[in-house]
Amino acid sequence: MSDAVVTASGVRKRFGDRDVICGVDFDIRPGICFGILGPNGAGKTTLMRMLLGLSPISSGEYMLFGQPVSSHAVHSRVGVVPQQDNLDPDFSVRLNLKVYAGYFGVSAAMAESRIDELLEFSALTGRGHDQVSSLSGGMRRRLMVARALINNPDLIVLDEPSTGLDPQARHLIWQRLRSLKKQGKTLILTTHYMEEAAELCDELIILDHGHILTRGTPRNLIAEHVEPEVVAIRGLADETDATSLCAGLDLRLDHVGDTWFCYGHDARPLVARCIERPELTFIHRPASLEDLFLKLTGRDMRDEG
Amino acid sequence: MNVFNLAPARVAAVWRRNFLVWKKLAGVSMLGNFGDPFLYLLGLGYGLGHYIGDMGGIPYMAFLASGILCSSAMNTATFEGLYSAFTRMNQQGTWESILATPIRIQEIIAAEQIWAATKSLISGAAIFIVAGLLGGIQQWDSALLALPVIFLTGLAFAGPALAICAIAPSYDFFLYYFTLAITPMFLFCGVFYPLDTLPATAQIMAQALPLTHAVALIRPLLTDMPLTMPWLHVTVLAAYAISGFFLAAHLAARRLLH
Ligand SMILES: Nc1ncnc2c1ncn2[C@@H]1O[C@H](COP(=O)(O)OP(=O)(O)O)[C@@H](O)[C@H]1O
Ligand SMILES: [Mg+2]
Repeated sequence: MSDAVVTASGVRKRFGDRDVICGVDFDIRPGICFGILGPNGAGKTTLMRMLLGLSPISSGEYMLFGQPVSSHAVHSRVGVVPQQDNLDPDFSVRLNLKVYAGYFGVSAAMAESRIDELLEFSALTGRGHDQVSSLSGGMRRRLMVARALINNPDLIVLDEPSTGLDPQARHLIWQRLRSLKKQGKTLILTTHYMEEAAELCDELIILDHGHILTRGTPRNLIAEHVEPEVVAIRGLADETDATSLCAGLDLRLDHVGDTWFCYGHDARPLVARCIERPELTFIHRPASLEDLFLKLTGRDMRDEG
Repeated sequence: MNVFNLAPARVAAVWRRNFLVWKKLAGVSMLGNFGDPFLYLLGLGYGLGHYIGDMGGIPYMAFLASGILCSSAMNTATFEGLYSAFTRMNQQGTWESILATPIRIQEIIAAEQIWAATKSLISGAAIFIVAGLLGGIQQWDSALLALPVIFLTGLAFAGPALAICAIAPSYDFFLYYFTLAITPMFLFCGVFYPLDTLPATAQIMAQALPLTHAVALIRPLLTDMPLTMPWLHVTVLAAYAISGFFLAAHLAARRLLH
């Protein structure tokens, strides 16, 4: 895979005496959106920071555009949207972009026309002279994306780009990211929203406790690991109640809190039984990445970071 | 990290960012730059000077003006290197956003240090004008040479301040640095009275401190006092500036690139 944008072999990260990334291997082909999924604390941000040369790798080989990630020559080809908003609060929208262009050595004249393009791309035309503090969360995030594009990068790295946004703002971001992919850019995206991964990613890995649990396209992964149909039920008294409801049917049972998930190839008999019990609320749907994620990473709650 | 890897254009880009922020609020900060020294020189220079008369062979106003010029360079660079830099490093994530570009941590530190010294120069120039108006400058032909020395003094204080900033857990931490380093220098390095008033051991200790050398350079440049061993003083200030830079770059890398 010599044309891969990123290759990781045996990449390991140790903080103190704890391995946070435990020797991972993967590669990312150009032009795709590659997802890194995992619960909080899985090591997604650490994996990204190492890629950007912001965190030294403990061992292994991590290559970006065929060069070790520590070589800073590669930074001019990468755009970064970090997890934390770090726009310049003292500047207007335009000046944020202009100053950032300066960090890449983009000349002021070139920056001006590029900024116009980017403001239009991010649906921020007309907000150019507004202070950053007057923008909504969604606008700020779009400005972060615009800022990451100022150097016309080949690779764009986004750490949880839509966390904390309302659904409209999230869809607008997704639409922008899809159009970047159409322009031939490579995207790397971390997320713990399965919907986001399903919308955007051509290929993904699921990371947990620093290990890659699985890798593939969203569709193949679901087909490989999860039964095609799910009935999610609420209102069941306890586990005995749940097992007796499914008695005699070829279903796999799982639960998160008070919601029971019944997986199988044909869930219609179960649906019929549910209809007979009016106290139950239930939904019958095809299996999704969410189900895959829950199956692989377990159903326990995770703490932040 | 190779601390010697410093591209002037990249350092300038970061310096420019700070300059553009300052420019937005220049009016307010210039008011402070002119107002504070004006009050100091008026209150102490005239008030106290009336009773003291001459000090070290020159009028107290001239003695004090050159001292205040140095201590303000110290304070300005220190504040910028501690509080303002900490805000950019910690609260605003400005350094982190810059590290996602080709600019490296040592270039950010260099830019911050030069910017802090620039602010020393700006406030120094304001005091210079006020001192001139109040009769605190005796030697106009050598006085302008004080400006590059103020800049160097700014560098000498910004370096250590940035190193402290890089290890600070919070703003409160800076109070220690003021109490243990900045305030003693303000009082014992010859700003308000000649060093030879102090006991011998205190005089020797004062020789190790950068403010002493800033005063020893700037006072003779502005007044009738003779200038002795200028290169020694320049060397001490430069040593503080350079070692402060190395230390700050190292500590900032340790903090941000983990
Ligand atoms: N600087 C650090 N020192 C020690 N542990 C860290 C540091 N940064 C992250 N970690 C730990 O590494 C693990 C992975 O963190 P992170 O990469 O931020 O996860 P994610 O982005 O997937 O939520 C967490 O358990 C976190 O506590
Ligand atoms: Mg994270």
